[in-house]
Amino acid sequence: MDILYLLIPLSVVLVFFILGGLWWAIDRGQFEDIEGEGERILKDS
Amino acid sequence: MAFSNQQATVYNDTVVRQFAIMTVVWGVVGMLVGVIIAAQLTWPELNFGIPWLSYGRLRPLHTNAVIFAFGGCGLFASAYYVVQRTCQVRLFGDKLASFTFWGWQLVILAAAISLPLGFTQGKEYAELEWPIDILITLVWVSFAIVFFGTVGTRKVKHIYVANWFFGAFILAVAILHLVNSAAIPAGLFKSYSAYAGVQDAMVQWWYGHNAVGFFLTAGFLGMMYYFIPKQAGRPVYSYRLSIVHFWALIFTYMWAGPHHLHYTALPDWTQSVGMVFSLILLAPSWGGMINGIMTLSGAWHKLRDDPILRFLIVSLSFYGMSTFEGPMMSIKTVNALSHYTDWTVGHVHSGALGWVGLVTMGSMYYLIPRLFGQKQMFSVKAIEVHFWIATIGIVIYIAAMWIAGVMQGLMWRAVNADGTLTYTFVESVKATYPFYVLRLLGGLLYLSGMLIMLWNTLKTATAGRAVSVNIPSAVAHA
Repeated sequence: MDILYLLIPLSVVLVFFILGGLWWAIDRGQFEDIEGEGERILKDS
Repeated sequence: MAFSNQQATVYNDTVVRQFAIMTVVWGVVGMLVGVIIAAQLTWPELNFGIPWLSYGRLRPLHTNAVIFAFGGCGLFASAYYVVQRTCQVRLFGDKLASFTFWGWQLVILAAAISLPLGFTQGKEYAELEWPIDILITLVWVSFAIVFFGTVGTRKVKHIYVANWFFGAFILAVAILHLVNSAAIPAGLFKSYSAYAGVQDAMVQWWYGHNAVGFFLTAGFLGMMYYFIPKQAGRPVYSYRLSIVHFWALIFTYMWAGPHHLHYTALPDWTQSVGMVFSLILLAPSWGGMINGIMTLSGAWHKLRDDPILRFLIVSLSFYGMSTFEGPMMSIKTVNALSHYTDWTVGHVHSGALGWVGLVTMGSMYYLIPRLFGQKQMFSVKAIEVHFWIATIGIVIYIAAMWIAGVMQGLMWRAVNADGTLTYTFVESVKATYPFYVLRLLGGLLYLSGMLIMLWNTLKTATAGRAVSVNIPSAVAHA
């Protein structure tokens, strides 16, 4: 099952990528006014 | 540069319009091919002895047409629309966006020609030969540049949750396509997979399951998180939960693929890992479903007289059903009964017709009148009729396949006291016949609904005209 040496590291890298994305979002204050953001889309056309 | 300045004050809805129209057109085509092959399973004579019309060649044409042509165009249309509206900025790269439209139509055309001719890589949902695979890659990279370019130039600080789903869908599909379709060409229309045997099977179902997870789930969840709140006129039930839904879902999906290969040459522990992650997937899936449906909390009466909302909410109930059924079927003991039977076909179609189909139709019914400067579709009554025909069709289809599947599974495993098989295989085929007729009926109903939608769309488009919508924030944020 040599393929697992490709797929598992690839998936682990993706997990770190996902964690990085989450970290970035929190760090940039994406989730500061979380419920207000849900309302905002109702105002555009 | 007066022209480009003026351009920047309106949304690029041209490409959205093109994709939205083609969503409906390809929907009719793909579902028609589905009905034809359902009829062929009932009456094999319908092959007419012509190789191009044989089931084995038309089946991949059906799956490619409904997933990548109908679903794909719907995803392009809604991703392009939603990212512009929620970021309050014009789509990044007009020419590139236009290329994604024409390039994607060329991919579909190439599929429609090459698959009946018998050119295939033999990988389910990734049948297209290597030259088409290269074109897909080019279109997809352009899609990513247009989408993330738009997010990058956004005028609103917060990135709305739908965009996270669309973004994950675009990135994941790029990786899946590149890894799974790796092949060594042996001529213009022939190639061999870079992997062999069970390795190839593992890559294929790592791809296959994540195509379900990211193409058919994450992408359409992006649609759901925008169009349900908009159509209901209420914010999503819990925005906080939608964020948790996103991160939990994309983390979990990557690991569930091996459940497609239970009891094969794949190592046992790999199968078990796949099963466990599939069961965990139930939690984020249902969290998202409940979040979507509860958006109507306190406004349930809207379901009574808004057929578009009914499309969207019923699609979520099918999403809930199939994301419960899926984890159950991934349990090895259940899979021992269900695998290779028509139960799988029923499961796939409760997700495809019920979730993906209905959510796309509902979103397009929201989108199409707005793209043509209309308040609503030409006939709201026709949306209502479409909803009921489609829903009844789905119920007939999946109930027939459930019964057929469980029956087949039980007949195949039945053994006599002396250890011989109770039934021959052909006896199970014969017993399935009435359910194949019922499945055809369900498919015909679903296709009829789509034809009504095509008529309604053409009427709406010809009654209105292509309009340009101003970007509000261009003024507000200046």
